[in-house]
Amino acid sequence: MFRIDFNKLRFLICDDNPHMRRILRTLLHSFGAREVYEAEDGATALEMYSHYVPDIVIADWAMPIFDGLELAQMIRQPESKGNPYAPIIMLTGHSEKRRVTVARDAGVTEFLAKPISAKGLYQRILNVVASPRPFIKTKTYFGPDRRRNTSSAYMGPERRVGEKHEVLQQPSLLDKARSSI
Amino acid sequence: MAKNSARDIEVTTFATHQIITQPNPLRKVLRRVEEKDMDDPVARAEQALADLAGEFKGWMATEVDRLSAAYAAISDHGFTKDRRDELFHAAHDIKGDAATFGYPAAAGVAESLCRVIEHAPDLARVPAELFTHHINAILAIVHENTKLDTISVSAELSRRLRKVADDYLADVNRDRPEHLEVILSPSIVPAE
Repeated sequence: MFRIDFNKLRFLICDDNPHMRRILRTLLHSFGAREVYEAEDGATALEMYSHYVPDIVIADWAMPIFDGLELAQMIRQPESKGNPYAPIIMLTGHSEKRRVTVARDAGVTEFLAKPISAKGLYQRILNVVASPRPFIKTKTYFGPDRRRNTSSAYMGPERRVGEKHEVLQQPSLLDKARSSI
Repeated sequence: MAKNSARDIEVTTFATHQIITQPNPLRKVLRRVEEKDMDDPVARAEQALADLAGEFKGWMATEVDRLSAAYAAISDHGFTKDRRDELFHAAHDIKGDAATFGYPAAAGVAESLCRVIEHAPDLARVPAELFTHHINAILAIVHENTKLDTISVSAELSRRLRKVADDYLADVNRDRPEHLEVILSPSIVPAE
C-alpha cells in the first residue's frame, strides 16, 4: 500500500470562489500538504504557476480574465520555458459529458465534478502522482495521452499510426468523472 | 521538484505524433506503508471538512445574496452579456457548492437554472417566472433547510422545477439539435 507524502508536494489552487478555495485548502492541509498557493483568476494563476512551479494544479473551469480551460492550454505549451507537464486536475460544477471531452482536449489530466469530496480529491491526486501518463504531441494537441479505452477499431481522422502498442488500458476520463471516487 | 531536466525526457517520433516520456517527477512523494497502517488522510480531511461546517450557513447566504443581486440587476435593466454571465456564475457556484454546504436540493435547482441560462436561445424571451421560481426556490430551501420536514419538500420542488425547465428547453430548442442533445443527455454526476 502506498501513501503520498503531501508535505513534499506544492499545490496551486485556481478558483474565483473564496469558499471553494477555503474548502480545498482545508482538504489539502488535512492530507498533509504545507505549500498551497491560491489564485482567484486565470491570469494570476498563470503568473503564480511560473513563479512557484507547483507540482499539481487544481483549477476551476469558470474564472475571470481567462478560465480554467484557457489556463490549461497556456500551461500545455510544449516550447514554453516553464513546466508544460504538471498534472492539472479540473474541479468544476460542469457535469456534462461534452465538458469532460473539451477539458481532456485542452490537456487536463483529471476531471473532478462538484460536489467535492475528500475521497474524490485524494483519488485524483493519487492517480496523477502514482500513474502519470506519457505526453502526446500532435499538430493540434499537446498533453497527457487521451486514449484510455479499448476501441482498437477506431479509424477516425485523428487516429495515431505507427505504434506497436496502440491502447493504454486505463478507464476513460469520463468514466472516472462519473464515478464518485 | 516537479520538472525533470531536458535530458531525462525521451521523445519518440512517429508519422503523426510524438510520444514524450520521462521519469515520474513525483515518484519521490510515494511511500510504501504496511497494510495495517492506521493513518487515514481521507478520514482526516473529512473530519476537517465537518469542523468547517459551522461556516457553511453563512457561506450559503452569501452565495444566495449574490444570485438575488444578479437577477435584480437583470430585472431592473435587462440582459447584457455581463449581467447574464454574473447570473450564470452565481447559479453555477451554487450548483457546485450547495451540496457540500448541506443544501443538495438547492444545488439541483441551481443546476436547472444554469441549464435555462445556457440553452435558452433568447434569454430576453424566457418567461420571467421561470427565473423567479428558481431563485425563490433556492431562497426558500436555504432559509427553511433546518426544518427536517421541509427536506423532502425541497427535493420535490427541485425535481418539479427541473421538469418545467427541461420541458421549456426541449420546446424552444426543438430546431437546435446540438442543444437538445446536451439537454437530454444524463449528467455525469451520479444522482443522490
